[in-house]
Amino acid sequence: MSSPPGRRVRVSSPGTSRQGSDAREEVRRRLKDLIEANRVMIFSKSYCPLSTRVKELFSSLGVDYNILELDQVEDGANVQEVLTEISNQKTVPNIFVNKVHVGGCDRTFQAHHNGLLQKLLQEDLAHDFDLIIIGGGSGGLSCAKEAANLGKKVMVLDFVVPSPQGSSWGLGGTCVNVGCIPKKLMHQAALLGQALQDSRKFGWEYNQQVKHNWEVMTEAIQNHISSLNWGYRLTLREKGVAYVNAYGEFVELHKIKATNKKGQETFYTASKFVIATGERPRYLGLQGDKEYCITSDDLFSLPYCPGRTLVIGSSYVGLECAGFLAGLGLDVTVMVRSVLLRGFDQEMAEKVGSYMEQQGVKFQRKFTPVLVQQMEKGSPGVLKVVAKSTEGPETVEGTYNTVLLAIGRDSCTRKIGLEKIGVKINEKNGKIPVNDVEQTNVPHVYAIGDILEGKPELTPVAIQAGKLLARRLFGASLEKCDYVNIPTTVFTPLEYGCCGLSEEKAIEVYKKENLEVYHTLFWPLEWTVAGRDNNTCYAKIICNKFDNERVVGFHLLGPNAGEITQGFAAAMKCGLTKQLLNDTIGIHPTCGEVFTTLEITKSSGLEITQKGC
Amino acid sequence: MAAMVVALRGPVGRFRSRTRAWTRGTRGAANAAGGQQSFDLLVIGGGSGGLACAKEAAQLGRKVAVADYVEPSPQGTKWGLGGTCVNVGCIPKKLMHQAALLGGMVKDAHHYGWEVAQPIQHNWKKMAEAVQNHVKSLNWGHRVQLQDRKVKYFNVKASFVDEHTVCGVDKGGKTTLLSADHIVIATGGRPKYPTQIKGALEYGITSDDIFWLKESPGKTLVVGASYVALECAGFLTGIGLDTTVMMRSIPLRGFDQQMSSLVTEHMESHGTRFLKGCIPSVIKKLPTGQLQVIWKDHASGKEDTGTFDTVLWAIGRVPETKNLNLEKAGVNINPENQKIVVDAQDATSVPHIFAIGDVAEGRPELTPTAIKAGKLLAHRLFGKSSALMDYSNVPTTVFTPLEYGCVGLSEEEAVALHGQEHVEVYHAYYKPLEFTVTDRDASQCYIKMVCLREPPQLVLGLHFLGPNAGEVTQGFALGIKCGASYAQVMQTVGIHPTCSEEVVKLHITKRSGLEPTVTGC
Repeated sequence: MSSPPGRRVRVSSPGTSRQGSDAREEVRRRLKDLIEANRVMIFSKSYCPLSTRVKELFSSLGVDYNILELDQVEDGANVQEVLTEISNQKTVPNIFVNKVHVGGCDRTFQAHHNGLLQKLLQEDLAHDFDLIIIGGGSGGLSCAKEAANLGKKVMVLDFVVPSPQGSSWGLGGTCVNVGCIPKKLMHQAALLGQALQDSRKFGWEYNQQVKHNWEVMTEAIQNHISSLNWGYRLTLREKGVAYVNAYGEFVELHKIKATNKKGQETFYTASKFVIATGERPRYLGLQGDKEYCITSDDLFSLPYCPGRTLVIGSSYVGLECAGFLAGLGLDVTVMVRSVLLRGFDQEMAEKVGSYMEQQGVKFQRKFTPVLVQQMEKGSPGVLKVVAKSTEGPETVEGTYNTVLLAIGRDSCTRKIGLEKIGVKINEKNGKIPVNDVEQTNVPHVYAIGDILEGKPELTPVAIQAGKLLARRLFGASLEKCDYVNIPTTVFTPLEYGCCGLSEEKAIEVYKKENLEVYHTLFWPLEWTVAGRDNNTCYAKIICNKFDNERVVGFHLLGPNAGEITQGFAAAMKCGLTKQLLNDTIGIHPTCGEVFTTLEITKSSGLEITQKGC
Repeated sequence: MAAMVVALRGPVGRFRSRTRAWTRGTRGAANAAGGQQSFDLLVIGGGSGGLACAKEAAQLGRKVAVADYVEPSPQGTKWGLGGTCVNVGCIPKKLMHQAALLGGMVKDAHHYGWEVAQPIQHNWKKMAEAVQNHVKSLNWGHRVQLQDRKVKYFNVKASFVDEHTVCGVDKGGKTTLLSADHIVIATGGRPKYPTQIKGALEYGITSDDIFWLKESPGKTLVVGASYVALECAGFLTGIGLDTTVMMRSIPLRGFDQQMSSLVTEHMESHGTRFLKGCIPSVIKKLPTGQLQVIWKDHASGKEDTGTFDTVLWAIGRVPETKNLNLEKAGVNINPENQKIVVDAQDATSVPHIFAIGDVAEGRPELTPTAIKAGKLLAHRLFGKSSALMDYSNVPTTVFTPLEYGCVGLSEEEAVALHGQEHVEVYHAYYKPLEFTVTDRDASQCYIKMVCLREPPQLVLGLHFLGPNAGEVTQGFALGIKCGASYAQVMQTVGIHPTCSEEVVKLHITKRSGLEPTVTGC
């Protein structure tokens, strides 16, 4: 090998052969300094032909570069390891341009061919911001706040495009405005309706006539949401994050166009970007659907009671909405194309559905809508829906006051100029593929939240990912977001909490014969006196027989499932096994204690129904 | 002592006793002859622990008997099979707690759009009847379960005759002799009455009576600051009764004291009156039928007086060991608290006699521990197991109006054990989402996680004050059992929106002095 023309650098000062984490931290600091201080930084090995090609490329561009030959430094293997942690790339050459990790030889040449490399090299370091985040939802805000905590200059662009029905809302994204928060509150309203019925059994006496007033509930919930919107504004201001209520669109690699309500355009630049635009409800693509149907974007702020409602779709959004509407006393039908709660454990999903049926929700299975027609105007009006069987020529017709679409959500990634800067999306679903540090194919552009390909669409996940991303970008952290064993809860009338794998997925991963499933029905104490059914609530754990009966799936259908599941999720993080469940003392009398006394395996086929008492 | 045993057994017994044949399980043959029945295992006390042990032993193929007898309370209250938890403990108290919670929900409902016409009243009789019916169905269920598992049930008051024999006396005074290779004492405890206060026994009731009252207790004075006292006062207030708690010193002794004072603070702000540092001296019945209580304020020395419809003593419990004639069997008790001294195997001073549950010295007085201890004991005796009960990190929950769940060490214990400088406490005041719409006060919704300071910061204790604390605490108890560190808890993704997610978001240390109030999402 000919001796390289670049300047050589050292990583460890002479005589430093300290072991342990101190030494490692020292190496990391030195490496970061090198990356920060040099316009082009190449980590290579003197004998590596690929490294040589890269060096030749930069030489041919007339660009000055710095090299660290890992094979020629003391403790080179260790240095390479730390470098792997920093860049998430194991091999050399490993190239950084203007602090941006470009990749190895191939990616550097690719960047050269598509012009990215030139842009990176030309980059004016005096950007307006260290970080611009597009989207002020759970993930975006958490990332912004954390980056600001770390002393960075941060901007958040947030803009709510009104729904086809004209609903729009304030800062905070889906969760706060049209997701978790209002739905849990409406779920609570429905639970209170149940509590009113129970209360008479527990000795409470009052007039039998109890009515529900939609407007009062909605106003109370919207007031709470407004206070949250305001709180977010305040927090951003306190942390010194610039907030602009404008639609963000990439125009150049480091430049974004912000268009406000009035159509005024402003341009901002930043060295790094995070896309956190989330998703919006999908429409059927039928004539009349955008005109007459509502979605979850509209329901929570609907100024009138929806009346007789058809919910199209059996995603968790569909079932949750159908559940609380029925709980408030409305006539509700759910139209299901195939299965309930796709992706969730199907045994649990069916149990969720049958409890809803018991509570008066009607299910129209294996039908898809073909026509939505307005019969009468009004608040609410009357709509006719024609649906056709997925299995035959049969069609059904029904009239409803409200039709709520809950057939899925689409990523907001197609109108933000990603194509201009070359950020790849999955053309089919609009999702953005990222590596395990939430980096897109364009190195200085990251993505978090619901728009990520193959990641759970959950607020706490986005919050965690956003926070950790900021710490990795601007702090000294290496901690990655762990997307394994993420707990969640579906707030249907009977709540369904789960963590880990569904039974189907577990069988796929581990094979049926390697699993042991423990399960039982149970009767919450509060249900006894209330006279509610004793064989409805259900607990199930899925264990890997050949890994010490480690719990790989946790499923609970019962009151307060969310509250119960959280702690078990923490235990699963710590390697929960069946034996540990057996060894743990229950808290009496609770529903959660049922998991400490699970005895019956599914494979035994033994009876799990609870006797009268 | 031997002579007396022989006399009671009669000739056949004497013969068998001499030949020692009875010790080896051939006693079945002797039954009919001597009016004496013998078993592999005799359990005295049909509560949570006793029944669990008996059923488990029977399932392992042994011949098992349970002797259970409820001595009526001084007020004449009695109940069926199942022990304290089912009849006068966890079950009725959680149901009455639920009645109180439902009252809160009825009041909240209008914020959520439910139009409920005033007045809203509570009917004690209706609640009590519903609760009692459920308890009776559980009594029946226990009877059926024993029958199903072929456990012989004797409704007799048992006392030891010798180390293998127990004499049972039934309601009518008829006696039965029961003998067994192994005997388990699981007689539990009963509420304590004060001995120095005039009128206490005559006019006061305890938790043995409250759940079985046919009429509302009306204006009630609860004396004591145990969890029993606070739970009862909590639900009585919740169903709309004028309730006062009189406590001598601190609330919830043995629990984390910061949490305990938040519990009483919440109760006070929700209408329960507290008379702190006060001791009652006399209870008199007035001509109106009401009770006049005179008490003394310890600090000022002043006397004060008040009238109540009901006075409830909740000043502690005494183990049921007095009437067992333990000395006849040679079973030792701790003379200070009357509890039976046991080793790690639950064995008493007599190797084949065991004690589990509330009657055993140094054990947590909790149903699930008694059940687990009973099962494990049966397995050690008759199965092939040697597994011992692990009494560490037992979670529990106090069902006060705002529930308090905890597992592991209190902050005081952690500091005492590891030293202030080695303990890191993460804490937060949070507001449950459901409280926002109803404008409920969340000043006492508080979480505290006590950890070692040294990374990875092993979790030593978790304390949760808020709605559904029992449900929240259970899973985390497992985490702590698994040796969870603060770092691992933080890696757990929250479930949104719940109260329990606040646990995995704890990040403010007490040491930092930063404001621990959670704001926004």
